[in-house]
Amino acid sequence: MPTDAAQATLPSPMPLERARATRDPVPPVRRGAAARWQDAAFERLTQGFALLVLATLVAILVALGISAWPALAAFGPGFFFDSTWNPVTNIFGGLAPIYGTLVTSLIALAIGVPVSFGIALFLTEMSPVALKRPLGTAVELLAAIPSIIYGMWGLFVFAPLFGDHVQPILTATLGNLPGVGALFQGPPNGIGVMTAGIILSVMIIPFIASVMRDVFEIVPPVLKESAYGLGATTWEVVWNVVLPYTRVGVIGGIMLGLGRALGETMAVTFVIGNAYRIKAGLFEPGNSIASALANEFNEASDPIHRSSLIALGLVLFLLTFVVLALSRVLIARIAKGEGTKT
Amino acid sequence: MPRLFRNALPLAALAFATLAQATDITGAGATFPYPIYAKWAEAYKQKTGASMNYQSIGSGGGIAQIKAKTVDFGASDMPLKAEDLASSGLVQFPAIIGGVVPVVNIEGIAPGQLKFTGAVLADIYLGKIKSWNDKPIADINPGVKLPADPITVVRRSDGSGTTFLWTDYLSKVSPEWKQKVGAGTAVAWPEGVGGKGNEGVAAYVQRIKGSIGYVEYAYAKRNKIPHAAMQNKDGQVVQPDDTAFQAAAAGADWKGTPGFGVILTDQPGKASWPITGASFILMQAKQEKAANGAEVLKFFDWSFKNGQKMAEDLDYVAIPDALAKDIAATWKARVKDAVGKALWN
Repeated sequence: MPTDAAQATLPSPMPLERARATRDPVPPVRRGAAARWQDAAFERLTQGFALLVLATLVAILVALGISAWPALAAFGPGFFFDSTWNPVTNIFGGLAPIYGTLVTSLIALAIGVPVSFGIALFLTEMSPVALKRPLGTAVELLAAIPSIIYGMWGLFVFAPLFGDHVQPILTATLGNLPGVGALFQGPPNGIGVMTAGIILSVMIIPFIASVMRDVFEIVPPVLKESAYGLGATTWEVVWNVVLPYTRVGVIGGIMLGLGRALGETMAVTFVIGNAYRIKAGLFEPGNSIASALANEFNEASDPIHRSSLIALGLVLFLLTFVVLALSRVLIARIAKGEGTKT
Repeated sequence: MPRLFRNALPLAALAFATLAQATDITGAGATFPYPIYAKWAEAYKQKTGASMNYQSIGSGGGIAQIKAKTVDFGASDMPLKAEDLASSGLVQFPAIIGGVVPVVNIEGIAPGQLKFTGAVLADIYLGKIKSWNDKPIADINPGVKLPADPITVVRRSDGSGTTFLWTDYLSKVSPEWKQKVGAGTAVAWPEGVGGKGNEGVAAYVQRIKGSIGYVEYAYAKRNKIPHAAMQNKDGQVVQPDDTAFQAAAAGADWKGTPGFGVILTDQPGKASWPITGASFILMQAKQEKAANGAEVLKFFDWSFKNGQKMAEDLDYVAIPDALAKDIAATWKARVKDAVGKALWN
């Protein structure tokens, strides 16, 4: 994942080419056979490491597939569309945790992306120089906090505050709206899908914000200054110059955050309520794939129970994979369209 | 843990110096009895120099590991059925007894003040009783002022022996629970939010007003979470404590149950606490490493004879002496080395 993000943040291969160009004029030096052998060995070695990653990926996929097979064979495609999860009768369907994973991640993105955008924008465009460094470091430090700390903070500090003071207000106001009002229903105890989504958003904001800040900083000043010179406001410069120039990097950052949100385990387990249920209300307890695995793997002594959990793991693996693949496709499409429009 | 480690290091050195041939044994399984097994192991090591290493990986893991013979003994909160024991060639015996208690968070209710019957608990967990002042609760609690707050049901999210005892009890007292949900280390809960571990359930119950949950007795006692009293099978209202757990264990038909697999929920007896349970040890009947097998038996024999006080300190109940004798008889009859010689005599 980090390599993806790093690649995604590179707007173009320009710097690399420039570096090569400056090295070229140096006349080639004749080296001995030993040096050439060293080079070849080094190449093989690094190649081996790179291939190892691929091999590991395939091996994990195969192992998951084999272990998940008994459950998939027993329940068929219905496994993905059934929300029954009954360890007593050994009937398992993964819809509830799959739904919970997607919804919590979406909530996290819906909150995290705008906030991260604001943070990055402020740090690159508006912040006084004296604030830039400390604020930037603070954002990065937020990324270093272990997820279990977020979970405990969420359960003991955030959930009570949210349940006692925010939830009743949201239910009383937004809850009355037609349609979306159904989303803001549920017992006001601070435990549920919404809380999990909010905690996740706090966890992914530093990732998205720091990637966005990095890419915003590489926008050539001449572009921005030209726009300002034409009388554009800061917002116009950001919307029409900075964002189009950095689209690829911004999407890469968002995907990095989404990847983390999908797979987050401990923080979600603490606050989501761990109920295999699908309800419209976001204040109702739900479940996510990662937290279902963390909760049940230890005591899943029945083979079909274990296999069903592994099948959920496979779903999570594929989900993350699809998200990353989609982001690459999106980036490729944007890159292709670059330069056709002004 | 750090203290145990500090004590263990010099002792280990001592053990190596004096008793170089002491056999070290390993066990794995249930988390519920972990504190007492660790305590016993520490004391046993001081006495004999032999160390017992117990990994609390969960009952499911313990069963899997003993079947795979990667440990000398496994531990499970849920007894295996006789046919399972036979097919895997395992010997089973109880090692420690404890209780599960309902805990509540209701304004103005003191610990032990509220009473439940099994049927009422089942209906609360089925979502049929939704408010604290509903008639079924008020009827069995005359004189207690109950608020009109909604009930929030809290239960374990992870598979656990505690959940097994709780759901097994509800299945025994409520036909509807038995038919709709059943008993197991994890079940399809009709209601409520799930907390991870005793600490997770306790955190939810302490936080959410009008909530009810269930935790191990020792956990509720040490963290001072208000518990409720229960009406037992004989119709008596009992408070959870050592004597109530002992009473449940005393009346049980240990000898007549294969593998001592008695589930101590809903036991008869005037003083019996209805949600009591034993934690079980599993061993291979045919020991490939005879020295290790013999050491396991020696360890538990020593613990049964000397470990009662330690169990009491940790709010467990040691198994009754008569039962310990029966268990030793089973060891003698069933646990053999590779050539069929009894390891215990």
